[in-house]
Amino acid sequence: MALLTLLNSRNPLADAAAQRATLEALPLARTFDEAVGAAGHDPLRATSLSVLQINVGKRCNQACHHCHVDAGPDRTEVMPDDVVDACLDFLETTEIPTLDITGGAPELHPRFRDIVRRARAAGRHVIDRCNLTITRLPNYADIPAFLAAHQVEVIASLPSFAARQTDAQRGEGVFDSSIAALQRFNELGYGVEGSGLLLNLVTNPVGAFLPASQRALEADWKREIRRRHGIVFNRLYTITNMPISRYLQFLLESGNLNGYMERLLAAFNPATVDGLMCRSMTSVGWDGRLYDCDFNQMIDLGLEAGAPRTIFDATTAQLASRRIVVGPHCFGCTAGAGSSCGGATV
Amino acid sequence: MDTYYHPKDLARFSDVGKEAPELWQKFNEWYNAVFKEGALSEREKALIALAVAHAVQCPYCIDAYSTASLEKGSTPEQMTEAVHVAAAIRGGASLVHGVQMRNHVDKLSM
Repeated sequence: MALLTLLNSRNPLADAAAQRATLEALPLARTFDEAVGAAGHDPLRATSLSVLQINVGKRCNQACHHCHVDAGPDRTEVMPDDVVDACLDFLETTEIPTLDITGGAPELHPRFRDIVRRARAAGRHVIDRCNLTITRLPNYADIPAFLAAHQVEVIASLPSFAARQTDAQRGEGVFDSSIAALQRFNELGYGVEGSGLLLNLVTNPVGAFLPASQRALEADWKREIRRRHGIVFNRLYTITNMPISRYLQFLLESGNLNGYMERLLAAFNPATVDGLMCRSMTSVGWDGRLYDCDFNQMIDLGLEAGAPRTIFDATTAQLASRRIVVGPHCFGCTAGAGSSCGGATV
Repeated sequence: MDTYYHPKDLARFSDVGKEAPELWQKFNEWYNAVFKEGALSEREKALIALAVAHAVQCPYCIDAYSTASLEKGSTPEQMTEAVHVAAAIRGGASLVHGVQMRNHVDKLSM
C-alpha cells in the first residue's frame, strides 16, 4: 500500500508549528536545557563547523513511516539553482571538510551530480544519504558507479536485515530492492576492505523504542547480512527516531508518545552532550535557510536570533560559535549511547 | 477498572524497597550485575529474561523484557522463538511427569 505524506493526507502535523505545539504540550519532567544544566554543562553552543549538511529537497521515491522530513513522491520542494550555487560557493570559500547531502532522495535533485563533482573538485569529503531503492530505478541505475568514481561515502538506510521489519517501516518491497542495491554497491567495491569506498548502513528502530548498542548490533549485522545475502559493509550506525513529522504521527496514533518521551528523558546521558552533532555542523534547507540540524529544520526552528538566516549571508565565524536552539525532541540525541547522523556518539 | 495488575505499577517497583531498603539495595546491585554483558551478551540475557517472564507469567516482566529485547537488537522473530522455548519447557515439564504417572500406575496395576 502506498503511504501518504502528512502534507498530502492533510494531516495537521504537516504544519511545523503544530508539531512544536504538540511537543511543548507534553508534561515532561524537565526541559532539555534543564537536563543539560543539571549535568554540569553550559547551554549548548557550536564548537566548530566540520560538516555542511544540505537538504536538497523533500522529493523521494519512498514514503517511510518514520520519516522526519515527511518526504515522498508527492513533495515538490527542490533546492533551486541559486541556493545550490550559494551552498557550493560557501563550501569552496571555507575550509569545511565535509559536505553531507540529504533529502528526500538527494539523487532526484537535477543537479545532484554537479553538486558532487564541485564538492569533490574542491577536495571535500562528500556523503550521500541514500535510500538504496533509488538506484534500482532505470534513470538512476548508474548512480552507484558515479558515486564510486567520485569516491563518495554512501550512508544507506536499512532498518533491519529481516524483510518484514524493513518493509513495515519503509514500504512493501523495499527490502528486496535494497538488498539488490547493496549487492551492486559491493560489486563496485563499496564496503570492501581496502577499496576506500565507504558503505555505512543506518538502522532506526522499527517502533517506539530506543536503538540497540551500535557496537553489539554491528557484529550481529555483519554476520547475518553476509550469511543471508553475501553483503559486506563498513559501519553500522544506530539512529534514534526523533518525535518529528511522520514518526510523531505514529507515536500519537499508536498511543506511544508520552511513553516514548518519558523513555528518552529517563535515558538522558550527560556523556553525549559534548559530541552532539549540532555543535559541529550546520544544516541548510531546500530554500537556503539555516538550522542547527535537519530535525530543527523540519519543525522550522531556525538559528538563534542574530545568527545568519540563510546560506546567502552565512559566515563560518558566526556559525561556529552560535548558541544551539533546542526543544523536547533534542532528548532523542542524548538518550542512551547518543544519536547523530553518524550514529551513536559515546 | 480494579484489577490485580496495573501496567503503571511497574514504574513503582522501587516502592517495594521502602520497608527494607538494605535488602532492596542488595537486590538492585545483584540484579543490575546479572544483566551486564559477560559470557552472554546483554541481548541474549534479555531474551532469556523474556522467556522466563513467560514461564513465570509475570506481565510486568513481559512488558519490560519485550522492550529490553527490542532495544538490545532482537527481532520479533527471535523473541517469538524465545517464548516458544519457554512454552516447550513448560509443556515438556508437564509431560515428563507422565513418567511419574506411569510409575505409579505400574506399581498399582497387575
